[in-house]
Amino acid sequence: MSRISNIIDQIKSGELTARAAVEAALEKAKSTDEFHALLSVTEARALERADEIDARLQGGENVGRLAGVPFIAKDNFLAFGAPTTAASRMLEKFDAPLQATAVEKLEQEGAICIGKANLDAFAHGGSTENSAFGPTKNAFDQTKVAGGSSGGSAVVTALDVVPFALGTDTGGSIRQPASFNGVVGVKPTYGTVSRYGVVAMASSTDTIGCFTKDIADSELIMDIMSGRDINDMTTLPDFFAPITDLKPGQKIGIIKESMGDAVDPEVRNAVNDYIEKLRAVGHIVEEVHLSMLKYALAMYYIIVPAEVSSNLARYDGIRYGHRAENVATLAELYGRTRDEGFVTENKRRIMIGSYVLSSGYFDAYYQQAQKARTLLVNAYEELFASYDVLLSPTAPTPAFGLGENTADPVQMYLADIMTVPPSLAGLPAISVPAGVSGAGLPIGVQLVGPRRSDANLLALAKSVEGK
Amino acid sequence: MDVMTVISRDDVQHLAQLSSLQLTDEELDSLQTDIGNILGYIEQLGELDTTGVEPTYQVTGLENVWRDDSVIHSDVTREQMLALSTESASNQVKVPKVL
Repeated sequence: MSRISNIIDQIKSGELTARAAVEAALEKAKSTDEFHALLSVTEARALERADEIDARLQGGENVGRLAGVPFIAKDNFLAFGAPTTAASRMLEKFDAPLQATAVEKLEQEGAICIGKANLDAFAHGGSTENSAFGPTKNAFDQTKVAGGSSGGSAVVTALDVVPFALGTDTGGSIRQPASFNGVVGVKPTYGTVSRYGVVAMASSTDTIGCFTKDIADSELIMDIMSGRDINDMTTLPDFFAPITDLKPGQKIGIIKESMGDAVDPEVRNAVNDYIEKLRAVGHIVEEVHLSMLKYALAMYYIIVPAEVSSNLARYDGIRYGHRAENVATLAELYGRTRDEGFVTENKRRIMIGSYVLSSGYFDAYYQQAQKARTLLVNAYEELFASYDVLLSPTAPTPAFGLGENTADPVQMYLADIMTVPPSLAGLPAISVPAGVSGAGLPIGVQLVGPRRSDANLLALAKSVEGK
Repeated sequence: MDVMTVISRDDVQHLAQLSSLQLTDEELDSLQTDIGNILGYIEQLGELDTTGVEPTYQVTGLENVWRDDSVIHSDVTREQMLALSTESASNQVKVPKVL
């Protein structure tokens, strides 16, 4: 089972039941256990829902656009049927009392969540090695990382466990693992999909998106998930609608600074091949400059830790989550709970955040980063005055080795250098497969557009899909 | 700001305290190195001239988003919320003595 439309057609024609679709997905989840892509399966609830959907279909009811289609959510989405751990000890036993709006919307269309995917704890990382429960392995090579932080979601999609999976993307957490595992990854315009019921990381750049095998499936999932939610006041009125008549001859800028010597030559070749495909179907590709690119990662690692330190202050061991035992004072309860519940990368980011927000450093770091962010936003706006879409590699290399970058946080951060800039500007960005390296590892290209041009990006990618 | 930030062991201890993290000595050592390296990297932003530039705190352009001033029904019960805490009694969440 690889495409949503195939499953829907088979269920409609009676060839397949929702129960059989769910059982097949659960079976595949078990047989691919060695990749450690999942933290839990929601088997009992999934089968119950499948039976209910089958009964409704038998009764001739219109169950929705995803009737009987199984999916997997990253384990930072609150969902019923298993704990929502965020891959942390802090939330290891947290049974969500409600479901994320995104999950609810998919269920209303008849989709069935069958499990929760591994991630870097609290989505802090670019390799899924920061999971408190062990790393996920790359779908193409088990000695390589899955990418991250939504590594588990990318791998279950690549391995055909389910036709789509949910992820979150704050600085590349959908796009980079999509690139490392050869699947489509969509990070929408900031505010497209409600984040209600999703564990918060950095509120000014957190977004929700999906992994699929092809563009049409992403269009369907984004169409269902997007829209205003009273529970997330940053959501935009629904603007997303798949485009069937792409404006021909799109003007595309290939960012020169993203194709330098620091980028793996095989990645550059793959991007150049993709450019030729775009030209072959009549699009115009020209070289453009984005000199702010080199500063984006530094901005990101000031702004995001600042927001992380604030968002993770809620984990105090009192109302929910892990609570340290045998403590004498409230201060000790907080301190020990947080030491035990967070992984090292969580602590690094919280402390960097505390540093850049401290009086005395606030202007030099936090304020300077937010001003630099304005320069980045302006630079994008200038480019979008002349271009419809900007192109770059999704990551500077194919998937790196497990353990290769864990000793050096700055080296690990550099894997996000291409994906962080559009996040800071709130722009839609997608990663689409663009071939494999000599060693057989997938390579992705990133397409970025002006705010609310999500559907155009997908339609553009579709115009060269499979060519 | 091209001098690499040196962050002392006391600074790291202070940051841990600000962050309500009770760290082991070993953790303090490794975080001192990591945080020093990260600050060294992010300092390159000091090169940028941002005189007269307004900061960007959010990117939606949305302002003053209102909702109706009405009670929203929730399916989540008090019992469910209390059950999330590891220690509760008499409809209350228990905490260690504060004073």
